[in-house]
Amino acid sequence: MTVEEILFYAMSTVLVGAAVAVITVRNPVHAALALVLAFFATAFHWVMLEAEFLGILLVLVYVGAVMVLFLFVVMMLDINVARMREGFARFLPVGLVVAVGMMGLMAMVVGAGVFRIPGPERAAADHSNTAALGHLLYTEYVYPFEIAAVILLVAIIAAIVLTLRRRPGTLHLDPGRQARVRRNERVRMVKMHSEKQ
Amino acid sequence: MATAILQFFKTFMLWELLVGLKLTGRHLFRRKITVQFPEENTPISPRFRGLHALRRYPNGEERCIACKLCEAVCPALAITIESALREDGTRRTTRYDIDLFKCIYCGFCEEACPVDSIVETHIQHYHFESRGEQIMTKEKLLAIGDKYEAEIAAARAADAPYR
Amino acid sequence: MQISAKITLLLTPLLLAVAYTTFAERKIIGYMQIRIGPNRVGPRGFLQPIADALKLLTKEVIVPTNANRYLFLTAPVLAIAPSLAAWAVVPFDDGMAIADINAGLLYILALTSLGVYGIIVAGWASNSRYALLGSLRSAAQIISYEIAMGFALVGVIMAAGSLNLGEIVEAQRGSVYHWFLLPLLPLFLVYFISGVAETNRAPFDVAEGESEIVAGFHVEYSGMAFAVFFLAEYANMILISALTALLFLGGWLSPLEGLLPQAAFALPVIGWVLDGGIHWFLAKTAFFLFLFLWFRATFPRYRYDQIMRLGWKVLIPVTIVWLFLEGVAVAFGLGPWFA
Repeated sequence: MTVEEILFYAMSTVLVGAAVAVITVRNPVHAALALVLAFFATAFHWVMLEAEFLGILLVLVYVGAVMVLFLFVVMMLDINVARMREGFARFLPVGLVVAVGMMGLMAMVVGAGVFRIPGPERAAADHSNTAALGHLLYTEYVYPFEIAAVILLVAIIAAIVLTLRRRPGTLHLDPGRQARVRRNERVRMVKMHSEKQ
Repeated sequence: MATAILQFFKTFMLWELLVGLKLTGRHLFRRKITVQFPEENTPISPRFRGLHALRRYPNGEERCIACKLCEAVCPALAITIESALREDGTRRTTRYDIDLFKCIYCGFCEEACPVDSIVETHIQHYHFESRGEQIMTKEKLLAIGDKYEAEIAAARAADAPYR
Repeated sequence: MQISAKITLLLTPLLLAVAYTTFAERKIIGYMQIRIGPNRVGPRGFLQPIADALKLLTKEVIVPTNANRYLFLTAPVLAIAPSLAAWAVVPFDDGMAIADINAGLLYILALTSLGVYGIIVAGWASNSRYALLGSLRSAAQIISYEIAMGFALVGVIMAAGSLNLGEIVEAQRGSVYHWFLLPLLPLFLVYFISGVAETNRAPFDVAEGESEIVAGFHVEYSGMAFAVFFLAEYANMILISALTALLFLGGWLSPLEGLLPQAAFALPVIGWVLDGGIHWFLAKTAFFLFLFLWFRATFPRYRYDQIMRLGWKVLIPVTIVWLFLEGVAVAFGLGPWFA
């Protein structure tokens, strides 16, 4: 086996193990951390496929940002582990049906030969797939790219609008206003003569 | 309006942060005021109230006459005195204990003493290694008084004009 | 084998620099407070970091009751691994990097965003209220400032036209006026402020906040586990300083370039000093590192909602406005930077 193959199988083992751990471990924080590991192993695979831009982006976006928020939420939840175990046997048949169905669909898609395209040629050492991706995004796929960007912008604004509600009667600070305060608005220097006894 | 615009630009130029940085930057080069403790000491006032001592008259006679004023005035009840007649008929202490764990170093004993016998010295670095050592007996107090008599007298003399 | 030699050659001075940064911090902050700082261990206190390291090495690592033992002990490793791995792509001189990869800047951004896991996991695994609060604060803070930081870096990438750190430095060649500091001044400020926030240093050290949440995420850590967190924090500081020097101050380029006549650079020893090289890079890094310490000695800690406001409502709009202006400048080829 070459070094590449050893690395590939090692990281694949990590990936599969982490992915299994995500759905089997009881503790939601452990599950989220296992998911982080799975993303990391995937990014490693992508880098080995010479898609280093996508691999790094996966780490940057999913591991560095999305999963941090996920952990943030999961850590704040107070989950009763004992109650989570109760439903396991009850929902097992449904879960099995869904799992088998998904596997069947996957097998059909993969078996249909859609992915049986010749592998890309090895790019030269100075090939930058960042530049190649950028080129494609801004020429051939410029409209899908821009439309996706607009949809994301709408989603961001929608999320902000949904959460931005001011209930009347609540007290809250406005750091912007506090930062703009000048001394002479708040402090009045008073000169007092000392009183005579 | 003009001040608001000025303020806006001042904020973005980080003006006030620079003022703060200038202050600490200046202090970087100021002369340092650290006192290197074991080698150097901060100056001590003549009124400093440290470890206690019992003084003697220049002829070697102990000053304490067992009047028990210090025992009475002590707010922490740290002083225990027992007295008896000596062979020459004078009243002297047979026991003069100060419990340093109780003592709050207020200096009332020194103020109360009619013969300037019990005093508080400049000694501030001392320690005990086992229980019981914190009881300053008459012998220990007299020994301290004998050893530091010159300093004690000098401190009293320096403070005399203000009393 | 050559690669491990390179790694050793990088990590040994780096860890030494980390150790002596702690010493420099205590000295400089001491001087700014008109004290003289540590001066007892070795001549003028120069062996102090070694004494500290020895002390921490010999102390016991205490795992709190009901703490998650494995995660508790993994957290320091999660904190230090990314901050050391990020150094792989930092060029010290022309081509003097362990891995000269094309997406170098992106790699560093990805790895610095991983450092937060050490803090989050430490806070959660400690089974302590203070630690959890500290790690939640840190998570929110790092996510918020990463956006401003990323936007500031987009400006650098636009100006340099490359993600490779070496090429970014080469794009600033010419003279001091060609450095990105001048055309990207707001982005430089945003980047450095976000860098300070990202490393959880004063005045953004609410994750640690010793006066409110004791020591935040590392309350429960002792001995070597604590030391590793400490190392990670200082390695990150040095990394941010080095990156600021590379991205905005022309890395190893000499500030005298283009100002002095060519003959000056041909002089035997003086020429080498005046010409660009690793010494300029180290000097610039040291300057930013000094700024970190200077800030800590000067500014009081930000309140938490003020930190959030600064990140989202000040720094991000500033970067967006400047990116727009920069886009216009690039489109019109505004010289000498975007020509």
